[in-house]
Amino acid sequence: MSQTIASTHTQHGAEAHGHGHDGHAHGDHGHAHDPNLAHHFDSLQQQFDSAKLGIWLFLATEVLFFGGLFVAYAILRMSHPEIFSYASHYLDTVMGGINTCVLILSSVTMAMAVRFAQTNRRGGLIACLILTFMGAIGFLIIKYFEYSHKIHDNLVWGPSFYVPPHDAEGDAEAKMLKTAPAAPGAAIVVNNPATFAIPDLAAKPAVDASAVKPASVGPTGVARASGAPAPAPAAEPAPGHSEEAHPGTHLEDKAMPPNTHLFFAIYYAMTGLHGIHVVAGMGVLAWLTWRAIRGDFSSKNFTAVDTGGLYWHIVDLIWIFLFPLFYLIH
Amino acid sequence: MAHHAHHESHHASHAGEVHPEVGHVVPVKYLMAAGAALLFLTVITVASHSVDMGEANLPVALFIALIKATIVALVFMHLRWDRPFNLLVLIGSIVFVLIMLAFAMMDVHQNLPTMFNGNAPEAASTMDANAPGAPVAQVRSTNGGIGSTN
Amino acid sequence: MTTIPLPSSGPVRDTIEARPEGDNYLTHTRGLFSWIFTLDHKRIGVMYMWSVLGAFLLGGIFALLVRTELLTPGPTITEDANTYNQWFTLHGAIMVFLVIIPSIPAALGNIILPVMLGAKDVAFPRLNLFSYYLWVTGAILCIASLAMGGFDTGWTFYTPYSTTTTAGGVIPVLTAAFVLGFSSIFTGLNFVVTVHKLRPPGMTWFRMPLFLWALYATAIIQVLATPVLGITLLLLIVERTVNIGIFNPAMGGDPVLYQHFFWFYSHPAVYIMILPAMGIISEIIAVNSHRSIFGYRFIAFSSIAIAMFSFIVWGHHMFTSGQSALLNTLFSAISFSVAIPSAVKVFNWIATLYKGSVSLTTPMWYALAFLFLFTIGGLTGLHLATLSTDVHLHDTYFVVAHFHYVMMGSALIAMIGGLHHWWPKIFGRMYDERLGTIACWIIFIGFNVTFFTQFILGAKGMPRRYYDYQPEFQVYHVISTIGSYTMAFGFVLTAVSLFGSFFTGRKAPANPWGGRSLEWQCASPPPFDNFAKAPRVGDCYDFSVVHWDEKTGGYWVDESADPEVNPGAGGAKAAH
Repeated sequence: MSQTIASTHTQHGAEAHGHGHDGHAHGDHGHAHDPNLAHHFDSLQQQFDSAKLGIWLFLATEVLFFGGLFVAYAILRMSHPEIFSYASHYLDTVMGGINTCVLILSSVTMAMAVRFAQTNRRGGLIACLILTFMGAIGFLIIKYFEYSHKIHDNLVWGPSFYVPPHDAEGDAEAKMLKTAPAAPGAAIVVNNPATFAIPDLAAKPAVDASAVKPASVGPTGVARASGAPAPAPAAEPAPGHSEEAHPGTHLEDKAMPPNTHLFFAIYYAMTGLHGIHVVAGMGVLAWLTWRAIRGDFSSKNFTAVDTGGLYWHIVDLIWIFLFPLFYLIH
Repeated sequence: MAHHAHHESHHASHAGEVHPEVGHVVPVKYLMAAGAALLFLTVITVASHSVDMGEANLPVALFIALIKATIVALVFMHLRWDRPFNLLVLIGSIVFVLIMLAFAMMDVHQNLPTMFNGNAPEAASTMDANAPGAPVAQVRSTNGGIGSTN
Repeated sequence: MTTIPLPSSGPVRDTIEARPEGDNYLTHTRGLFSWIFTLDHKRIGVMYMWSVLGAFLLGGIFALLVRTELLTPGPTITEDANTYNQWFTLHGAIMVFLVIIPSIPAALGNIILPVMLGAKDVAFPRLNLFSYYLWVTGAILCIASLAMGGFDTGWTFYTPYSTTTTAGGVIPVLTAAFVLGFSSIFTGLNFVVTVHKLRPPGMTWFRMPLFLWALYATAIIQVLATPVLGITLLLLIVERTVNIGIFNPAMGGDPVLYQHFFWFYSHPAVYIMILPAMGIISEIIAVNSHRSIFGYRFIAFSSIAIAMFSFIVWGHHMFTSGQSALLNTLFSAISFSVAIPSAVKVFNWIATLYKGSVSLTTPMWYALAFLFLFTIGGLTGLHLATLSTDVHLHDTYFVVAHFHYVMMGSALIAMIGGLHHWWPKIFGRMYDERLGTIACWIIFIGFNVTFFTQFILGAKGMPRRYYDYQPEFQVYHVISTIGSYTMAFGFVLTAVSLFGSFFTGRKAPANPWGGRSLEWQCASPPPFDNFAKAPRVGDCYDFSVVHWDEKTGGYWVDESADPEVNPGAGGAKAAH
């Protein structure tokens, strides 16, 4: 039987290799031990195919990870299309477009890097890896400018969206209290956002139905016709396409629909998560560059560049979908 | 199970190039063409944004994005020359996202007639403006209204 | 049962690897670091096993606390309802994330899959070790969350409570679950690649044992579903820390959106729990009936079908949440159809028993218990899938009883059965058969007393997660609690039986049960490299060529008589 024939060989093999290799077979000793071939694989082709399948499965998890956010986006946009039409004006299409082109070019250089590794050209490989890395940096720099403009204007997520920008804390509070229609008898002040005191509804006066504008839609009022989108906000002087030109803060814009902060919440969530993946990609690229300089890669061993490249391409691919969804809303 | 794809690696665009034992080398012209096509399509997408097609703007933009994604997947990510199962993995993952999307959107769509902008009237009257869940979302206008501003 | 004599020291049979005496994966290298930094899938699996069993003990303690508190209405052992909430939350979170999801794939699967497949290791051994490190990190974070104030949201972390509660342990446990999710993803990824690429020559898809089909289907779910849990937990953490309002209706968000996100993962997750269990049952029943499994292809395809179907039924957890009527109807209908592949399997297992030569070993008792308990669990799932009855039964003890029947009565029972089945292979020792069988019966009786009563409780209207209850329910709660103590005792006996094998168990032969799959062709415990040369694959359910060997006290496989291994052989099938 085959196993008994092999047993004497492996007995010697086990002793010769000592205790350094824990849990790896030594294979039959009919072929020379290729240093690029891991012990548990039978051939380079099998090893390569396994690595490719492995990275594709990982990319599938990335697709599903972002996919959840795409679903959240779709739900929010479907429920509140007016928020998206309005708030997308705060995004700079030009910057977004440039970022898209930067990522596309970095994908080209990454694919070229893989090619150089496959054809044993170390110089080209290192150059292309560095170019890709610089593309990532360029992307993040543009992102930084976009984010900093918005954060400066308090176009951010959550309740901070409603704090007037350029104000000291105290003024902001005072302004809010002055402009908020004080509900009679309302006395709930919650300091810690993590807690939420359930209001004692019985103690509150009933809502004066006549104070609610008849044109407003609600569960008891005239519902929006099924499927029809909410009417577009009135043609106020809309904020311009670039951050610097808009007149006044978003809080003073009468055309702003309620709950607009949700747009920025999903915007930062998706582009932020994407940005984190870009940073992680930079880490991968740096590691690959270091290994390439060391001379690790050749036509016999380029799998890491290939799989790292695939990761970089999925980062590009996700941005290809993010761009129209955020920057090109009508 | 050694499935030898050696023959594919001889498909190199430059004579005298070293060929890897496994895997396939994409010719440079494919990569450049794909890059150019992607840049071109990006320009098209932005241009289509300035054309008002009403509700169709989103599907058009997404369709162009789909074409771009296909180019990236097939050329840059090698799927044109790779084992078909890897393509199945990618498509499968997208299918499952679409499943989640479809059901969730169906649910929201069913509830759309009862949705409205802003907060419920009762909530507005009982919550202080500073409360974390308060209807700070309403625009501070002199009309004070709850709900949409038109 | 024949008395099993001591093994001889004579020459071993052809099918068993010859190794220096006593050299196996457990003894090949020594020292703590050789375990912590091991790349051997068997050692990683063993580490997982002890870790998961430890977590099971912890989760079980919380369960006993919960049951003890419920002995009387009102305060029994704790004055504080919030403490009770923490107990059931911890019980659920620990059992789901730390025990049941990793138990069979990561513990048993890691040890058995490559050996059963005929491979030398999984495809990515370092990733395998990293998965284990992630599990340990998740466990530490979970313990840390206890120290940081605990959490009382229920293991489902529903908004708005989970985003507004002041409990300090919420964010750590969400992080723990996130990390554990990646542990699960990488294990699944490893298994998919291993099954696809590392099959030896001759091991075609339809020659694989059904346990491997089950692990493969599970791995697909792990890879596809778990990332959605990741993003859900991330969104929850963000919502808690910076209050983006995506799940807060007062800020325009939607709390039901959270439930869609959560259950999109968590329903497939329960199939991660049950599919490998079904795989184990296929193996145990086939081996212990000494008969080829009935309907091999049906069972194989039904595993994949269950995996696919599991993704389109998540809304059945949300029937009363405000989900639209359209979706309620759709999910209810599809949930009915997902029961069909499971039923196919049950019928096939029963058909395998028919006219088989049944050995009532401890694993077989567990498998029979599985058949009974899974049938009840699965059928009561249909009660819950029916919209009209679910309105009454949702969030009652009926649901609790249902999922304990499938998660504990089926998945966990199968895991313990598998533990007994492969214990001789993994550790090279035979456990005490009589004690094991008695323990199985005690667990079985205790389980039914505990949870069947809860079906009645739920139908009568006792809500779940309640610290206090109407006095009319007390008698049922008392019965249930007595059952839980009985079960606990049964588990203690199981532990004594298994761990006692290290001290008093006889050395196990390579093939104590007469199995045909490849793991029985190597020594018990296996050598560190599993197989020196690719093993020869035959029909893993053809038991006609398996013969008892008095000298070793085990079975041996006459491969020369198997026509699939040795074409031209007449085969002993006619003589069977």
